[in-house]
Amino acid sequence: MNYFLTEEQEIIKELSAKIADEKIAPRAAEFDESEEFPWDLIRVIADADLFAVWVPEEYGGLGGGVFEQCLVVEELSRACAAVAVSYAASGLGGFPILMFGTEEQKQKYMPEIASGSKLAAFALTEPDAGSDAGNIRTTAVRDGDFYVLNGTKQWITNGGEADIYVVFATVDPEKGQRGMTAFIVEKGTPGFDFGKKEKKMGIRASSTTELIFKDCRIPAENLLGREGKGFLIAMRTLDKTRPGVAAQAVGIAQGALDKAAEYASTRVQFGKRIGEFQAVEHMLADMATQVEAARSLVYSVARTIDAGEPNITKASSIAKLFASDVAMKVTCDAVQIFGGYGYMRDYPVEKMMRDAKITQIYEGTNQIQRSIIGSAVLKEAARRK
Amino acid sequence: MNVVVLIKQVPETTDVKIDRKTNTLVREGVSSIVNPFDMYALEQALRIRDQHGGKVTCISMGPPQAEAALRETLALGADEAILLSDQAFRGSDTLATSYTLAKAISKLSEFDIVICGKQAIDGDTAQVGPGVAEHLDIPHITYVSKVEEISDGHIRVRRMSEESYDVIMSPLPVLITVLKEIGEPRMPSIKGTLRARKARITVWTASDLEVDDEMVGLSGSPTQVVEIFSPEIRPGGEIIEGDSAQEKARNLLIRLKEDHLL
Repeated sequence: MNYFLTEEQEIIKELSAKIADEKIAPRAAEFDESEEFPWDLIRVIADADLFAVWVPEEYGGLGGGVFEQCLVVEELSRACAAVAVSYAASGLGGFPILMFGTEEQKQKYMPEIASGSKLAAFALTEPDAGSDAGNIRTTAVRDGDFYVLNGTKQWITNGGEADIYVVFATVDPEKGQRGMTAFIVEKGTPGFDFGKKEKKMGIRASSTTELIFKDCRIPAENLLGREGKGFLIAMRTLDKTRPGVAAQAVGIAQGALDKAAEYASTRVQFGKRIGEFQAVEHMLADMATQVEAARSLVYSVARTIDAGEPNITKASSIAKLFASDVAMKVTCDAVQIFGGYGYMRDYPVEKMMRDAKITQIYEGTNQIQRSIIGSAVLKEAARRK
Repeated sequence: MNVVVLIKQVPETTDVKIDRKTNTLVREGVSSIVNPFDMYALEQALRIRDQHGGKVTCISMGPPQAEAALRETLALGADEAILLSDQAFRGSDTLATSYTLAKAISKLSEFDIVICGKQAIDGDTAQVGPGVAEHLDIPHITYVSKVEEISDGHIRVRRMSEESYDVIMSPLPVLITVLKEIGEPRMPSIKGTLRARKARITVWTASDLEVDDEMVGLSGSPTQVVEIFSPEIRPGGEIIEGDSAQEKARNLLIRLKEDHLL
């Protein structure tokens, strides 16, 4: 397939692939085992300017968009989804600042995010507010030139490792979604601590922690957007970043397909390479078809978003839903083709299967994606009447 | 600190085919890369620049396509790249090549260190680096595994030998050839790659270098490849065991007598 990348996009893709193959892949199993945050790999990614691809040039970026970010995420995910999500989550924390921040906020934070000298994170989820994100309990009370935050965030990617956090709290719990407000909180602010680091099924080298706020006073100028706009900021951000999860899924699936194809063309049973058995050959054909279909969809959606299309929620959800389901299916099949070897941790595909699962869950479960898509379809039908 | 790195573009495979008629490498259909050892040389040069300031100039002799190899070095952070390209340079052996490269280096306003990879993966001669140093009449140190210090017009390095290393100090300017122990070459950056794509690469021809026509290209190359063959594999030596030197000596004596060598 020719996706007609520009010269700059080709460079981004090639360099990401080079880092994935030469730097990340050889160490993916080691980081999966140790669950250590892969800082030295993050440094390599930063030095290569990959954190800059989606940031406008006036803030030290390369002036690309969601599509360029997807190219990076896809390539990194072929080698290790945990490294890729640590990269992508900095974008998830950065996009709301870029989209809703004041000029001062953007000048202050975006160059650091673009250079990769600091990681960002996005803190929405709480123990009782997962899919029901409007139900958050973390509070923000205005006190003169400050806001005082109290509460606990859960499962925050890059927690503890990032320096810049976009945190959602409510200024009025009575108001539900309309009380939700976004703030920029810097690591090291008194009253801001990190709780438990989660032990996960997959993406184990990535950091997932609680954020604990106890009378944490932050300057009022760290308010992102306006009071009560938090839910909108969260949703608009996720519209832009779900293709990133989809790209991660495409990368994981491609990685698994590559491994399965290589194995099927070398493993001999009954005197033949197993890829010569139609049972296996057809599995590979279906896997390749699904991966390419997912990639085409993700690229189209990312380009639609970058073209400035105003209503992207449905398309963004479609990409995430389809690609993540493909990743789950393709990685399961890759394990199946490897047979007993596939189940062993000495071989890379079981990790890919564990990693793939999260793409069906985070940034909105696929059930939530179906609700978003379904309700959009019904609204469109109603409008046609 | 002005550092010159000598770069060779080589076929991207260690499994190259040989043309049996001419006894030269078949280059058709094989993509090209920067000689991997030269990447270590460049890495060392960039580290010296990062630490001491100055600039890194990469020089390569080759056909116009070798420009791609030089662009790669610019993407990694080299400041300038010069391609020596002329029909007159065709067919150069290591002697003619080192003469031509030395002429180019002496044309630069100043240089402190010339760095080469220990050898190229196609010819494997390891002759060009030392050859260049001889033409420039400067000292050279081969098989450098670590640059320990550069100060007061001197460089101190470790030179690897089979079981140990020597610490060698030399005045500048100097030419060193480096091993992969120098350290992992860095990755290019996107900004560097974009810059490299647009950069202008200086091309010097035979007349720019004011070379002696008799010393470049085929006429300057006395090397004749008579035959290419795989050397016979020699069995490894034998270690005579024993608990003490005396016992080892005794065992050696027994062996020599057994084999009727004494």
